[in-house]
Amino acid sequence: MKELKSGFSRRDFLKSTGGVALFVGVSGILPQLVSCSSPEKIKEVLAKHPITAWVKLTENGDITIFNPASEMGQGSMTSLPLLFAEEMDADWSKVSVEFSPQESEIYGSPGWSPGSKLMFTVGSRTTNSYYMTMRQAGAQARYVLLASVSKKWNVPISELSTSKSIVIHENSNRQIEYGEIVSFLQMPENLPDFAEDKLKNPKDFEWVGKKINRTDIPDKVNGKAKFSIDIRLPDMVYGVIERGNVHGSKPTLLNETQVLASRGVLKLISLEYGIGIVASSIEDALAAKKILSIDWSDSKASGHNSQEIYSEYEKIASSSKQGQVLEEKGNVKQAKKIASKTYQADFKNDYIYHAQMEPLNAVVKISEDLSAADVWVGSQQGFDTKLGVPAILGIDPKKVTVHLQYLGGGFGRRSMNDFVEECATLAKEMAPLPVKLIWTREDDLTYGAYRPLSLQRIEANTDQDGNVSGFSHLVVGDGGNLVASGTNNSHYNIPNQFVEWREASNGIRLKHWRSVGHGPNKFAIECMLDEIAHDQGKDPIQFRKSLLSNSPRALATLEKVEQISNWNTPSESGRAKGVAFVEHGSLGSGVCEISLNRESGKISVHNFWVALDAGVIVHPDNVKAQMEGGIMMGISSALKEQITIVDGKVQQSNFHDYQLLRMEDIPDQIETELIASDMHPEGVGETATPMVACAIANAFLALTGKKLRHLPFTPERVLEALKS
Amino acid sequence: MPNYKLEINEKTYEVVAEEGTSLLWVIREHLGLTGTKYGCGIAQCGACTIHVDNVPMRACVLQVENFSDGQKIKTIEGLAENSDHPLQKAWIEAQAPQCGYCQSGQIMQAAALLNENPNPSRDEIKSKMNGILCRCGTYLRIIKAIEIAASNEIKAKG
Repeated sequence: MKELKSGFSRRDFLKSTGGVALFVGVSGILPQLVSCSSPEKIKEVLAKHPITAWVKLTENGDITIFNPASEMGQGSMTSLPLLFAEEMDADWSKVSVEFSPQESEIYGSPGWSPGSKLMFTVGSRTTNSYYMTMRQAGAQARYVLLASVSKKWNVPISELSTSKSIVIHENSNRQIEYGEIVSFLQMPENLPDFAEDKLKNPKDFEWVGKKINRTDIPDKVNGKAKFSIDIRLPDMVYGVIERGNVHGSKPTLLNETQVLASRGVLKLISLEYGIGIVASSIEDALAAKKILSIDWSDSKASGHNSQEIYSEYEKIASSSKQGQVLEEKGNVKQAKKIASKTYQADFKNDYIYHAQMEPLNAVVKISEDLSAADVWVGSQQGFDTKLGVPAILGIDPKKVTVHLQYLGGGFGRRSMNDFVEECATLAKEMAPLPVKLIWTREDDLTYGAYRPLSLQRIEANTDQDGNVSGFSHLVVGDGGNLVASGTNNSHYNIPNQFVEWREASNGIRLKHWRSVGHGPNKFAIECMLDEIAHDQGKDPIQFRKSLLSNSPRALATLEKVEQISNWNTPSESGRAKGVAFVEHGSLGSGVCEISLNRESGKISVHNFWVALDAGVIVHPDNVKAQMEGGIMMGISSALKEQITIVDGKVQQSNFHDYQLLRMEDIPDQIETELIASDMHPEGVGETATPMVACAIANAFLALTGKKLRHLPFTPERVLEALKS
Repeated sequence: MPNYKLEINEKTYEVVAEEGTSLLWVIREHLGLTGTKYGCGIAQCGACTIHVDNVPMRACVLQVENFSDGQKIKTIEGLAENSDHPLQKAWIEAQAPQCGYCQSGQIMQAAALLNENPNPSRDEIKSKMNGILCRCGTYLRIIKAIEIAASNEIKAKG
């Protein structure tokens, strides 16, 4: 029998009085009922069974459902509990939601790979991964209630029905509210597994797919929502770290005595790539950070010049040395030989930064004997549910309790544990004092982990009928899947396809950035398709329709966006529309409408339309919000964002020189049409962002006949394209 | 260290801090009013927007010693007693926030805007709200929320 992970004893709900914690086990483990007023009893039961606790029910009918995923704005705090409540037939108005304990053996999802259990909020996989888990657990909770009433009233379970937290026995005209069942709740001897056919038919959903308010929003409009940066503990001290402005360079501190004498400074802690300062207040820590005198070593990144490296990448692309083949279908070489026309183009993209609004931070408290740790953090979780802290202390993961907080944005950056490990390293030196580590915005930006710079070389062939017969996609860049994701073209009916990645490594810190390689790769693919259509004098949507003829769901999104964008009605003078199709779990087609200031080179996006097929839509308004946000982030990155590196040094430092999209530059509207489907839900958080750059470039091609092939489309690059 | 008296949300707070300490750190870390957020430290993102005598300001670039002469400071916690400011209600109606981190600043900036101009045009909203960044891209819903709040207030006042 598996041993129970630690952390349960600290659960908030155990502190509450009254009610019953209903522990519904997945994987065929019997549910347990424990009175909430008896924490000792709960501990005893938990010690015996590796059980899963998803819900708490009190006598007055209040229901608390636990969310196992991070909430970084994408809506998991609503969509996952909603699925549970749907199958439980709970009255949603009586439901509140809390984060589950961070214990992956209990709350992990097998959605990443069968047999595994991970808590990991990345890749737009949350709803997709937890869809069945939450529904089955909810159905089991309902079954426990039904079984108890059946026994109490001595009627067969099959005669009972439920609706909005009420069990109904029509034959005897009796009904009872869920809360009232608590006093005689009993565990049934057997608990069905609830395979999909025993769950609700999606068409009978009461809450799923309807207009539901997000559970996290009330606290996000009054300042009460807690992010880890908001945590304050007794005796807490503050940590900051000075890191080199060349990634990976090592520090030698030249004025230790002076810094130690600085007001409020408690300790200096050397890290491999930085100097940590712990002080009694944040202002003292920051003041001491300013007076550090550090000699920085060279690193692998020294000498790297981001804007000059493209010529190197072009050489790599042109060399005869093959890289890693990622995809091979048919024979592109043969297709090229017999092609009537060949198109080739290089598409480039500069480094970009996550710019999540809450700078990285964490609070860690380590026990005096260094045997246990508490961690308060906004994290996207990970393969190590304890975020690297056990290894730093050399302790059992059970002795580390992670208190997950809201994330002030994630976008992939918070799936990396560097900041948590740093905080644990400082807290270890300060034990038992809790340490709050804050990255300044400058730290967050200059020591960021960027979306990699890359070059995409596309070679496409058409046959005598103008059909795309071959499509070759070569990616040059650092980070494997970071640059290679999104090269797949399986929805397009192109008989010969080839995808290859060639590595180029420059010592720059890199990480998944919303939609990962899909951004640059869809940009290259979708622009090339428009370049071919333009060359053939064909309409870009009609051209894609024939390519999507074998992918009816993808085609339906294209036809829908054609309709809602009034594609076939010409734009007013000075404007043009551009289209793009993206697969990222869900399937989406987007159309934008732009205009151009030919003097300044500034592109304005006026309208954006999206048609999306994401399977069952759990929370439609939130899916629309994800489309809106994804498009805004796409516009921001395509038109404004750029990290440049000179001799290894990051040239930007804060929002004055790393520009994000602001309100004056947003489109007038973003319209989303969700296509009805009863297929398993697919992720929606990263489908919109990659549409944007290509849709803009395609609109630009329609408007000017010129090609934009280098992200971002800064005014200088736009003016250059116009002159070409 | 010097001692300062601050009038925040109609309460008087006493705080001991070095001269030159950012008002943002005082509000957040000394006094625990953590609804006001740190985002950039250089008045570029607006996450720390508060009102000083009804004027929206970026707390990160203010120094504590300049705000202890009876200036009335208001943070998101003091915007409305039961979190029922017309903007807060409209923000919920529009389902505006995603991650939520910038929203205190957005709402405080919007509240100052409506105080000044109860019926702003869309262009006025964009221009006045331009200083507050939202990385999640909730801008369209923020505009919608401001328009809802403005129209509800106009209706309420007949």
